[in-house]
Amino acid sequence: MVIILKAIMISGRTLGQGASLEAKMSPEFFNATSTCAISESDYNALGISGDENVLVRTEFGEVVLSARKDDGLPPGVIFIPMGPWANAVVGQNTGGCGCPLFKGTEAEVEPTKTRVKDVCELFADLKGLGGEGS
Amino acid sequence: MMEEDILCPFCGCLCDDIKVEVDEGRIVGVKRACRLGMSKFMGHERIAAPMVRRDGELVETSYEEAYERAAQILKAAKRPLLYGWCSTVCETAKMGILLAEEVGGVIDSTATVCHGPSIIGIEEKGLAGSTLGQVKNRADLIVFWGANPAEAHPRHTLRYSSNSTGMFTPEGRGGRKVIVVDVRRTRTAKNADKFVLIRPGTDYEVIAALRMIVKGKGDLLPDAVAGIAKSDLEEVADMMKAAKFGAVLIGLGLTHSRGRYKNVDGALSLVADLNGFTKFVVLAMRGHYNVAGFGQVCAWETGYPMAVDLSRGAPYFNPGETAACDLLARREADAMMVVAADPASNFPRKTVEAMAEIPVIQVDPFPNPTTFLSDVVIPTAVCGIEAEGTAYRMDGLSLRMKKVVDSVYPTDEEVVENILDRVRRLGDDN
Amino acid sequence: MIIEGGIVYDPINGVLGEEMDISIEDGRVVEKAGGGEVIDARGMLVMPGGVDAHAHIAGGKVNTGRIMRPEDGRRGTEPRTKLLRPSTGYTVPNCYAIGYRYARLGYTTAFEAATPILEARHTHEELEEIPIIDKGALTLFGNNWEVLECVRDGDLGKLAAFVAWGLRASRGYGVKVVNPGGGEAWGFGGNVKGIDDPVPSFDVTPREIIRYLMRANEALRLPHSVHLHTNNLGKPGNYETTLETLRAVEDIAATRDRQVLHVTHMQFSAYGGTGWRDFESRASDIADYFNKHNQFTMDMGQLIFGSATTMTADAPLEYGNARLLKAKWSNHDIELEESSGVVPLVYGRKNPINAIQWAIGLELALLTEDPWQMIMTTDHPNGGPFVNYPEVVALLMSRRKREEEMATLHDLASKRTSLPSIEREMDWNDVAIVTRAGPARILGLQEKGHLGVGADGDVSIYEINPEKVDPSRDHEVVKAALARAKYTIKAGEVVARDGEVVAVPQGRTYWVDASVPEADAARVRADLVEKFAKYYSIQLSNYMVQDAYVTRPRVVRAGVI
Repeated sequence: MVIILKAIMISGRTLGQGASLEAKMSPEFFNATSTCAISESDYNALGISGDENVLVRTEFGEVVLSARKDDGLPPGVIFIPMGPWANAVVGQNTGGCGCPLFKGTEAEVEPTKTRVKDVCELFADLKGLGGEGS
Repeated sequence: MMEEDILCPFCGCLCDDIKVEVDEGRIVGVKRACRLGMSKFMGHERIAAPMVRRDGELVETSYEEAYERAAQILKAAKRPLLYGWCSTVCETAKMGILLAEEVGGVIDSTATVCHGPSIIGIEEKGLAGSTLGQVKNRADLIVFWGANPAEAHPRHTLRYSSNSTGMFTPEGRGGRKVIVVDVRRTRTAKNADKFVLIRPGTDYEVIAALRMIVKGKGDLLPDAVAGIAKSDLEEVADMMKAAKFGAVLIGLGLTHSRGRYKNVDGALSLVADLNGFTKFVVLAMRGHYNVAGFGQVCAWETGYPMAVDLSRGAPYFNPGETAACDLLARREADAMMVVAADPASNFPRKTVEAMAEIPVIQVDPFPNPTTFLSDVVIPTAVCGIEAEGTAYRMDGLSLRMKKVVDSVYPTDEEVVENILDRVRRLGDDN
Repeated sequence: MIIEGGIVYDPINGVLGEEMDISIEDGRVVEKAGGGEVIDARGMLVMPGGVDAHAHIAGGKVNTGRIMRPEDGRRGTEPRTKLLRPSTGYTVPNCYAIGYRYARLGYTTAFEAATPILEARHTHEELEEIPIIDKGALTLFGNNWEVLECVRDGDLGKLAAFVAWGLRASRGYGVKVVNPGGGEAWGFGGNVKGIDDPVPSFDVTPREIIRYLMRANEALRLPHSVHLHTNNLGKPGNYETTLETLRAVEDIAATRDRQVLHVTHMQFSAYGGTGWRDFESRASDIADYFNKHNQFTMDMGQLIFGSATTMTADAPLEYGNARLLKAKWSNHDIELEESSGVVPLVYGRKNPINAIQWAIGLELALLTEDPWQMIMTTDHPNGGPFVNYPEVVALLMSRRKREEEMATLHDLASKRTSLPSIEREMDWNDVAIVTRAGPARILGLQEKGHLGVGADGDVSIYEINPEKVDPSRDHEVVKAALARAKYTIKAGEVVARDGEVVAVPQGRTYWVDASVPEADAARVRADLVEKFAKYYSIQLSNYMVQDAYVTRPRVVRAGVI
């Protein structure tokens, strides 16, 4: 049985994301931002095993991220650092004020064996890049 | 050699006390900077040379050809979008606005996807603020609302807010109260005297309830608002009214959540209300070191701080219509120039897909996902390290950034000026 | 360049409507030019270029006004041309519009009225972007901690040294004092209520601050006097504070040939009444006092009906405005130095308070006998935007126009002021004084405000014949002519013709470099090192405005050694 968690997704800054902000091709940026923080109880409920990632799905898209526990998060809220992985599931509507809703998207989370895409793969389908981005 | 009092070109704190050790034209050591600033000073992978896209591939070329291609793209476009401008100095912004006028484009900054809603809130209400030193010297209550300086502005608390010392605040953290309102227990929240955990998207309700309590209408409220016990909110209101000088520091938790600019309007109104009882100020925790500067320059040059449409010769401003994300989402922009920003990473995926469909020019020291989508890539010197110029701190204070080491790259300003020059020449030929 | 046959008003040189030629070479007025452009000014009014001694045109407050008022930006929009950048705004125009609109009016010099040292870099960034006109900025000192401490310690030498240093640090031109002591009190939400109300934490009074700064200003022999925005400004009954302030400094003498104190936008400081209900004009009390004390000068701060954006370093006043009007409110306190606020508002003809305020500005100008003591301003954009100067001149020149206007106002404008009984109508010589010669003399700009040999080649020519037009009757002709200069000439170059800008040179920025004894300067430096280590949020080495921000300086020397 696949367990699906319904949660509110928020994105935001972290120290690791910030420190690698201008080194987006680096492994540090990948490690810092392609990750989804989940409350301890939700994490345990999802039954994520050591080699598993999570698939986060919203009405705007889906993305695979590594998962980690965060004791600061309340149940039902997940956090993804600002960056292209988070934005894969953010909607483009600005509500008439120029700014998308980067925090507060309804999401579904489930464990997955799928690998996390690296930054090149994330953009591989755009501009006819075919994965040859860098 | 140790260079003193260098400004840090990373976040809106714009710390100006950094010591940088330079040896044979290279930075070999940095003191006083936080992890974010340290990483910036010590350097990252750079774009080696200008590139243009040929047969689907980015290939290295000369600056001359890159400028020419960029000028042709902008000149050919009917609705060019010139975006970014926040990790660069004001001098670049000035040149960019002139270029936008010349090509009849829309110029917008990264502010629209950060504190742009705060600016709209200010248009509704005004902002009762101060310089950060005023908070340092006087504030006995600090409220971080949807802001997490421990991760986004690491030296803020020590230099300017909760842990700083000043004339009327000699005890520093010990003489202050700190309230944090957030949707998760952040590292900042762990240092608070009072933490209020709210559900995502309920900021407006909570602020409105606080305003009612502050104005003596608390008896009209239910026992809980958005899941927060009324007694908790009353405690917060009491702490606010008891302060001699309170400072509300607002972050993207307000601007990026449901309600957006209305959340900020609420926070600004709360602070205005509190001034009927005691002294209160409010400041936005601006992200990039010069995101505030673009807004200042754009306001004095065009009358508006962001999202300015110059296609009709006279500036027109209507965020939601003329902001970068809106233009892309509507597939309206037909070319894009990105200076000192990375929208491919920071815009929603669907918006980025629109970017991928149009010619893109990138001006930046560093490779990033926007590079993938670019047709012209022009590497530049790093402002504040390899180039001097003006930047505005998050509180609107302007400071001069220094050049610490030489660079083989042209400055952002020079690059934009070169493109402008070629656009003008193309105009003459026609 | 030769300007031929115009009817020239040049009060400083005693020229009262004489037909004469003006020659300009290398940007200056000369006896006779060797050649160049010839401008036929026969039958036209020729005056020195206009000088605005008090306007808020650059810096943090002005930009705050723009940012919080996109609705104002949309007024006054003009597209770019091959020559011009685009214009926006009415009360808070963008930088280009400021330069273009002054030039169209025949104005060639304007001074920003209030800049804190800490934010002077921003002020200069905007001044640099304003085209055409020459400019300068007055520096705020009235709530600065170093000033308050020098006053408390009675250390005039150190205070003078600090003023000299502050002017250099801000690249400022003169000493501006706004609600002295009140800005510091506002740091904790308070204010001072009069000139003897002590400033919290500093054990000094506004009276002492004003006196000491005036004495320092005179010790430094600065070109301009202290430029004062009084305590209690904007409040009913404040004329008493204003007169008390003036009486408190009667014994101080100027060390240069100029006033010893300039009280700015007096309209806001000449109020009677105990509250808004019995609010009334006390302009005649103020004018009477000035008529007996010629060591003081003032400017009008005339109110213009319609939209305004109030902006001042008097932050508690703005908070009061916002509360009273339920208006948008911005505030900006500046560590160790000042406070400030911005509130947009609309002045209404049928609003009794506004109607009385409108009359007070005119009463002050017309009841003050010596026009050299009373110059024209609207305290742009506090009383209204400077583009309305032709309206103000027309009002000063025509009793008929005043009566026509008063008929459209709330009747308290007639009942609570003496304006209906004032017969005086200014003539062109008066106008040349209150808009050019007077402001230049008050600021101490020796090469401005006149057309004598050696003066700057700044000239305005209006298509109106002073010998044929009766301004009293044909006030609309006067207003129309002044609104669109036939020619505006800046440093010998035609910058506006027929009310359109035709050239966009870059003007110069005045600042004052005053020398002081090294011993005093050293004591100031020691204080500053300590203040920056403990209290400022930036480093001392990053504080001073760098040369890069004043690219075309005009440095005026002063000082005690």
